[in-house]
Amino acid sequence: MPLLHRIVRKDHQAVAFTLDGKPCAGREGDTLLTAILAQAEALRLSEFSGEPRAGFCQMGACQDCWVALESGERLRACSTALVAGMRIVTSRRRAA
Amino acid sequence: MSRHLDIDVAIIGGGLVGSSAALALRGIGFSVALLDKGYCGAQASGVNYGGVRRQGRPVEQLALSQRAHAVWPRLQALIGIDGEFLRSGHLKLARNETDMAALETYAGETAGHGLDLELIGHNGLRERFGWIGEGVVGASFCPGDGHANPRLVSTGFAAAARRAGVQVLENTPVRGVTRNGEGFALEAGEGLSLGARFVINSAGAWAGPFAESFGEAVPLARIYPSMVVTEPVEPVMSVNIGMEGGGIYARQVERGNCVVGGERALPLDDPDFSRPRGEGALSIMNRAAELFPGLRHGQAIRFWSGTEGAMPDRNPVIGPSLTTPGLFHAFGFTGAGFQIAPGVGEVLAELVRDGTTTTPIESFSIGRFGKLPSARIHQGSAAGQNQEPQQTGETRP
Amino acid sequence: MSERPTSERPQPLIVGAGPAGVRAAQALVAAGLRPLVVDEAPACGGQIYRQRLVPDGRSNKALYGSEAAKAEALHRDFAALTGRIDYWPQALLWNLRDGRADVMVDGQSRQVAYDGLVLATGAIDRTLPIPGWTLPGVFTLGGAQIALKSQGCAIGNKVVFLGSGPLLYLVAWQYLKAGVAVAAVLDGAPFKAKLNLLRGLPLAPAIVLRGLRMTAELKLAGVALHYGVSHARILGAERVEGLAWGEAGRERRLACDGLGYGLALRPETQLADLAGCRFRFDARDRAFLPERDNAGRSTVQGVYLAGDGAGIAGADAAERAGERAALALLEDRGLPHDAARARVLEADLARIGRFRDVLEAAFPFPAQWMKDVADETLLCRCEEVSAGEVRRAIAGFGVHELNRLKAVSRIGMGRCQGRVCGAASAELLAHEAGRGIAAVGRLRSQAPVKPIPLALALDAHREAAE
Repeated sequence: MPLLHRIVRKDHQAVAFTLDGKPCAGREGDTLLTAILAQAEALRLSEFSGEPRAGFCQMGACQDCWVALESGERLRACSTALVAGMRIVTSRRRAA
Repeated sequence: MSRHLDIDVAIIGGGLVGSSAALALRGIGFSVALLDKGYCGAQASGVNYGGVRRQGRPVEQLALSQRAHAVWPRLQALIGIDGEFLRSGHLKLARNETDMAALETYAGETAGHGLDLELIGHNGLRERFGWIGEGVVGASFCPGDGHANPRLVSTGFAAAARRAGVQVLENTPVRGVTRNGEGFALEAGEGLSLGARFVINSAGAWAGPFAESFGEAVPLARIYPSMVVTEPVEPVMSVNIGMEGGGIYARQVERGNCVVGGERALPLDDPDFSRPRGEGALSIMNRAAELFPGLRHGQAIRFWSGTEGAMPDRNPVIGPSLTTPGLFHAFGFTGAGFQIAPGVGEVLAELVRDGTTTTPIESFSIGRFGKLPSARIHQGSAAGQNQEPQQTGETRP
Repeated sequence: MSERPTSERPQPLIVGAGPAGVRAAQALVAAGLRPLVVDEAPACGGQIYRQRLVPDGRSNKALYGSEAAKAEALHRDFAALTGRIDYWPQALLWNLRDGRADVMVDGQSRQVAYDGLVLATGAIDRTLPIPGWTLPGVFTLGGAQIALKSQGCAIGNKVVFLGSGPLLYLVAWQYLKAGVAVAAVLDGAPFKAKLNLLRGLPLAPAIVLRGLRMTAELKLAGVALHYGVSHARILGAERVEGLAWGEAGRERRLACDGLGYGLALRPETQLADLAGCRFRFDARDRAFLPERDNAGRSTVQGVYLAGDGAGIAGADAAERAGERAALALLEDRGLPHDAARARVLEADLARIGRFRDVLEAAFPFPAQWMKDVADETLLCRCEEVSAGEVRRAIAGFGVHELNRLKAVSRIGMGRCQGRVCGAASAELLAHEAGRGIAAVGRLRSQAPVKPIPLALALDAHREAAE
């Protein structure tokens, strides 16, 4: 079950993205963190223990919410706006 | 509050050199006080790149370096931790044919010293080290070299020394040392006086005044390394990387972080403190992303610098005082002290016990600087690039 | 969007476009200066008045509650500065040195010379590690609030709020008002500590009464309120599933699928550190804070500190401190400045400061935490260092200073550079080493203050002043 539940923007413009290869849609106005956690239960697996992480502070301070694109580019999910076509990866232990 | 301590050996400077000497001396039965103006291992010993390498050192350092080479795999037994030492091998890159020729010359000059250097051409690099990008024509590989964690190793030696019964006195700056009969009298910290038969001056960038107070002023300067570390990334770098002519050095630790250096930092208003320049750090970061394409998406998470003592000929000062029996110097490692320090510690212990050492150290005599009219302490080199070395050999590990 | 400064000489630089930064900018502009305002967010407001990325149909009242008018005024007043300031949103100032700032903006790094620096860097939640705090679905109180306010999301269907501080009740109430099921509010402070709030009535009656009303509404809505909560443990395998705790000698348990956790706030002081400001231990905030005078001057000439980034005092104080710091900058330059206004601002700030003392008494720091924390609990989230590993490092290396602890245990070496674990590490170190909390020191800040890409290129354009 997803971690985040929308209260508003449920009918905003859908924004297509890919999450670990799977086609998903967020809503206009989403950060990556919102878009991902409205679908899934984790943003990444921690490097050392492999335990799931899904952010903490939502304000760009704790650095817990880094995700990667399939290209390898790193993005901080809570402070990055969702853009259509993003191909996001969450399941690698260490983003290469 | 005044306190007095009588010991066999007083060691001024609790970095890796001082701490390993303290441990070695304690092991052969001497009573030792190890004094540091701050925390042991907080200076050059703790902030350096972490390269544990013999390759690239001038020939005169190799015997000492080989002696240290034998200590690194024994760290767990010696100090209780392995200091994250990895015998990864050291790969020194050549950017052009001139640099490659320099590597070849060095390999020739040092054959028989136990480095077992292997020269690798462009094709060999592509096959075995495909993670290195373009712009490299060849390299020299030293399989027995590697890297370790300076923060753990230097602190670990001091902690082991303490457990062995060394009086480790941190935050206790030595304020003065004077001859006292056949021995020495030291004033340190707040109201602490010491009487010692022997003194070791391993005070790093701060060793100059102690040498001068015994009539042995030296041209000791300060250099400030500029280090960058990345977040943990996927395994990319299988060896410790250096480059002929300096320019960049990089290693990846087991946890995945990559440590990169190659620039000089600058001191702050207080010359005991320094920080990398923003442009310098970016320059090194960009170079790393280019040279190691696997890192191109990685992020830097921290920079640091520190104060290292440097001698103009890039060799340290190691050996007995030429003016004062019982005083020994070991400082000025010019950014290349980490690997060699455990060997220097053993040498210092021999010097104290026997007056001589089995390892050749004549090249490092304090006498090579002649008699200077006064201490000329230079405040570090100009900002920007590493100095080009006059001979084969990196400016720092 | 990101304009290069057009002034010929270095400008005043304001870091942060929250309440403090906005008011500082406004005051400097009113005096005829043209500051450069640098902020990480895409729009002004900081955290408390954080704006949505797109309109979502909710009113400002729904978002900002009783403070809606202040939020609107702040946003409006900043917008009115367009054309008279240089403004770089989505810009990260990652290094400060010798009167120059390194700023990452538009995918490049620019070095900016400045003349006068106002640090309005705000704060983040303060937390102490508890078992399970890294589980998905656990957010800070601020994080839970941002999810709701800025993204219009609830962090769960059945949410528990845990910790202490006024934010605990505010966020719980906001969730209630948004129609989310709030299972419980668990306050680590004993109920009787709340009685201290009565002392706050003469100082800030509106705030106290609002707090009482919120608490009453929570209670009336059936939200369980627990006080004196201890030994909290977050339960769950892959995500938060519940909470266990001790209360009045009994073990309690509750199921939930979202949890907001926080114990007051802690200032973001990394840039003040890089700027060379002297720090002093503040007993009320239980943290090292950069020293500042009543006007906001730091110990470094030309560097001013305003808002929660220098000491927690809330948004109203931040607006006043930002304006006051700007006046100090003007005064220090020998420019005309409104001294009478400065005195009014300082009087306001002093009154708010007295109220903060009351709040601290009502929500005391959980001093027993460091004795309770189990070895297996993760202390440093980034590096995954457990409390037990930290204890072993302290003993093994004979450590009693925080930067040494970092060097030998890795706490604070991760991406967040100790923002989250620094306070807890200091508490644990002080306890294990038998020293006072101030005696173990603070983590030294190092650039870059947040992660920056290895491939970040330095912008070749050079300022006229360089």
